[in-house]
Amino acid sequence: MERFQPTSAERLAGVIERAHAAGTRLHLVGGGTKAGFGHPVVADAVLDLSAFSGIERYEPAEQVITLGPATPLATVQAALAEEGQRLAFDPPDIGPVFGEAPGLGTVGGAIAANLSGPGRPRAGAARDHLLGVEAVTGRGEIFKAGGRVVKNVTGYDLPKLMAGSFGTLAAMTRLTLRVAGRAPATVTAALLDLDPAAAGRLMQRISGSALEPLAIAYLPAEVAVRTRHPLAAAAVLVRFDGPSVALDERLADLQTLVGDIAPVEAIDGPDSDETWVAIRDIAGLLPDGARALWRLSVPPAAGCSLAADLATSIPGLRWFADWAGGRLWLAVPPLADAGAAIIRPRVQALGGHATLVRAPAAIKAQVPAFEPPPAGLAALEARIRAAFDPAGILNPGILGSGISGPN
Amino acid sequence: MALIMPAADKAVMGERAALVAELGRLLPADAVISAASALGPYECDALTAYVQRPLAVVLPRTTAEVSAVLALCHRRKVKVVPRGAGTSLSGGALPLEDGIVLSLARFNRILDIDLANRCLTAQPGVTNLALTKAVEADGFFYAPDPSSQIACTIGGNVAENSGGVHCLKYGLTTHNLLGLEMVLIDGTVIRLGGGKALDGPGYDLLGVITGSEGLLGVVTEVTVRLTPKPQGIGALLAGFDTVEAAGAAVGAIIGAGIVPGGIEMMDSLAINAAEDFCHPGYPREAAALLIVELDGPAGEVEAQMDEVAALLNAAGARSLRRTRDDAERLGFWAGRKSAFPAVGRISPDYLCMDGTIPRARLSEILTKIAELSAHYGLRCANVFHAGDGNLHPLILYDANIPGELDKAEAFGADILRACVAVGGVLTGEHGVGIEKRDLMGEMFDETDLAVQQRLKCAFDPAGLLNPGKVFPVLHRCAELGRLHVSGGKLRFPELPRF
Ligand SMILES: Cc1cc2nc3c(=O)[nH]c(=O)nc-3n(C[C@H](O)[C@H](O)[C@@H](O)COP(=O)(O)OP(=O)(O)OC[C@H]3O[C@@H](n4cnc5c(N)ncnc54)[C@H](O)[C@@H]3O)c2cc1C
Ligand SMILES: Cc1cc2nc3c(=O)[nH]c(=O)nc-3n(C[C@H](O)[C@H](O)[C@H](O)COP(=O)(O)OP(=O)(O)OC[C@H]3O[C@@H](n4cnc5c(N)ncnc54)[C@H](O)[C@@H]3O)c2cc1C
Repeated sequence: MERFQPTSAERLAGVIERAHAAGTRLHLVGGGTKAGFGHPVVADAVLDLSAFSGIERYEPAEQVITLGPATPLATVQAALAEEGQRLAFDPPDIGPVFGEAPGLGTVGGAIAANLSGPGRPRAGAARDHLLGVEAVTGRGEIFKAGGRVVKNVTGYDLPKLMAGSFGTLAAMTRLTLRVAGRAPATVTAALLDLDPAAAGRLMQRISGSALEPLAIAYLPAEVAVRTRHPLAAAAVLVRFDGPSVALDERLADLQTLVGDIAPVEAIDGPDSDETWVAIRDIAGLLPDGARALWRLSVPPAAGCSLAADLATSIPGLRWFADWAGGRLWLAVPPLADAGAAIIRPRVQALGGHATLVRAPAAIKAQVPAFEPPPAGLAALEARIRAAFDPAGILNPGILGSGISGPN
Repeated sequence: MALIMPAADKAVMGERAALVAELGRLLPADAVISAASALGPYECDALTAYVQRPLAVVLPRTTAEVSAVLALCHRRKVKVVPRGAGTSLSGGALPLEDGIVLSLARFNRILDIDLANRCLTAQPGVTNLALTKAVEADGFFYAPDPSSQIACTIGGNVAENSGGVHCLKYGLTTHNLLGLEMVLIDGTVIRLGGGKALDGPGYDLLGVITGSEGLLGVVTEVTVRLTPKPQGIGALLAGFDTVEAAGAAVGAIIGAGIVPGGIEMMDSLAINAAEDFCHPGYPREAAALLIVELDGPAGEVEAQMDEVAALLNAAGARSLRRTRDDAERLGFWAGRKSAFPAVGRISPDYLCMDGTIPRARLSEILTKIAELSAHYGLRCANVFHAGDGNLHPLILYDANIPGELDKAEAFGADILRACVAVGGVLTGEHGVGIEKRDLMGEMFDETDLAVQQRLKCAFDPAGLLNPGKVFPVLHRCAELGRLHVSGGKLRFPELPRF
């Protein structure tokens, strides 16, 4: 297959302009870690965006960074760490989920897929951290939107539209992200030996309290013992940050809140950080052989009971909950439809949605990876896609029937 | 008015009576206002320099009624201006001569409070403050708190992506929404976002609608996130001899990794106007005043109050007060919260500007504003959301003096150009509306604007929703579809032609 590797936005625009005129379908490639996310792209050529890499301008005092989308996440994180800063949305390193080596993911990939980790409920999703974008439309026009400041309502919020669009609207060439300070200290409280129902209730009480946790997750026993900091039993994990003098008080307040349901055990230092890296990267479900991987978005209070209910219907289901129950990850043993017929209706009944993140190609050919939208919304999404990419040449097919473009 | 609105559609205006009759068949009798005498209250929003009487005003009560009205307007090619409480400062809700105003005032019910999932669903006409009032006894609040919160509606907040003094820590409207119901111009009802879940499926249209200024659809239901009330809260009030020193103090606090609930700054004219108005005990001699509010777990707030006090002193604070109780804290805020009426008392009229700049450029911009103030011979009081670089210069003028409004507007435009020149933006939270419409070219080129307008076309191909706002030049959608930036000439002839 032909491969283009433009080295400037102008050249990229030239390539896309021609592809638009000729109807040549392009597969946009940044770092190459999410090869299996979504549906296979049906393309005539590969558009390699790896030249749009590198940190262009980092202003720690303004807490913003402008960079090329192909910049590896690891590079960005290292640069930020030197200034005591971080990406608050905790982008996961999802490569290993698709059988790739760790550490290959790019910022552009995380933004294009709107990937966020445990910090999301408190700090916002990837989309909330994209302040400005420069990109090339499917007609080959270079445009910019947003800016370099957090508070900005000048024109439509196109950065939000770019985030999560999987390269189906435009090829991004420059991103401006908001970054956050790193608190002086962090600690994780583990509440052990809780069943899903009890854990679900407890997580809502903690989320609704004034304790301001940074993240809350629940790992059933089977997953808990597989984390990098092995836990002895099923655990609700609560992460706090702040001035170190205030953290002991937070743990004590948590104990007061929890009462005698479970003793609070503190996990400090690197063990605390690694526990959350493992949750972020879904490590507790890996390696998982032939299992299909689902990602669910549900009302948090319903999460754990839904998972427990699904576990009784799907023998051998492995799962854990992030975002206080609002984000469920499921690893489903081999089933013809990866369990879609059981999972999707129950998730929909709760007003949530389910994404099939990874499954064998034969299953993906039958089960839409993304929740198909109702007719009115589907038509609107198709019009939006056509507004950016009228010939349907950018990553055609990747969204399956999720966003029905011209292709 | 210097501002040119799109030419009125004479055919539509000629059929006003028929339109009113048809609206009357869709809605209860009291939901259609067409008598000239009753249209007065809808003639303008809070940008009162501009007034326009609409063809009619409708006050639907249900999503089905909104859908029917929009479908009718779509069929008859009648323009529609959605309206919440009319507190927009950018003219977003200014009516059109050949359009109707669709008021959401009767969408005034809270539909669902779900504390377990920390969310609330309301109709769009519910006021911002009513959301917090509904849940405060249970220990929650709705975080974005615009100063207009007793009046402005959650629907208007969504349309403007409104902020408040606490958005430094808690985010803007866009960060606090979970889901929406909205009606497209052809009457189609859609739901966006995740409902009670974070992150909905598909393109992030919830994010796109937020801040879209009523140009893409009519919001008929909003689900917001609720935040637990903080355990501890405290504030510091510091006076500085120079604006530079105050600006440096803001940088030092944020640089230390502290995220205060809010950091507000006022300049000398604003301090003294506030002091005259309600005597909050501000240091009159200070060139700049900072209010830093910290909230969160009690122990953390205590520790950070000490740290921030030390940082303020190190930055050269001339005076420093620290709250001991909540009454004192509210006292600190009294002057800031009444800055607008306080300035209103020292001048017959004022224009409230709303640019954002990178924090480090603060003193540069203030110097520029002072120069411009001398140049135009108009006073300017400055209040800012200093933590996120959002400026609200208040330009004082007298509308009864011929030419003074024009001068004030020119002054305001120069301030916004200066904001863009230092890497900032035209509007941080008040929206473009008509006010900053003709300045969009300062930030965006023709292609940038064409891309945005094509998005508008995907929602509203006939351009019936709130036209004349946001975009300086209106293009027909068909024209935008053909528009090609490189003028048909292919760039880089050496590239393959496929
Ligand atoms: C050297 C190499 C060669 C490859 N060759 C091929 C090949 O010939 N054919 C093939 O099908 N696959 C190929 N791949 C795999 C390809 O990288 C994945 O299929 C692709 O989906 C992952 O894209 P990505 O690298 O951007 O991943 P991520 O960085 O993980 O991106 C995830 C999503 O974001 C989109 N995206 C990434 N960057 C941008 C951007 N700047 N603007 C807009 N959208 C963006 C991607 O299209 C994808 O949808 C190759 C990978 C590598 C590393
Ligand atoms: C004294 C004062 C203080 C203010 N302080 C702040 C502040 O601190 N922070 C801040 O951000 N703003 C502030 N504002 C500006 C204003 O209050 C906000 O922009 C507010 O969100 C507007 O809400 P509204 O209900 O009055 O909307 P309106 O003024 O009626 O309408 C504003 C825009 O929203 C559209 N719209 C309204 N409802 C809907 C709907 N349901 N669906 C689709 N479109 C709709 C309208 O068409 C219009 O374009 C202030 C205004 C005043 C007068």
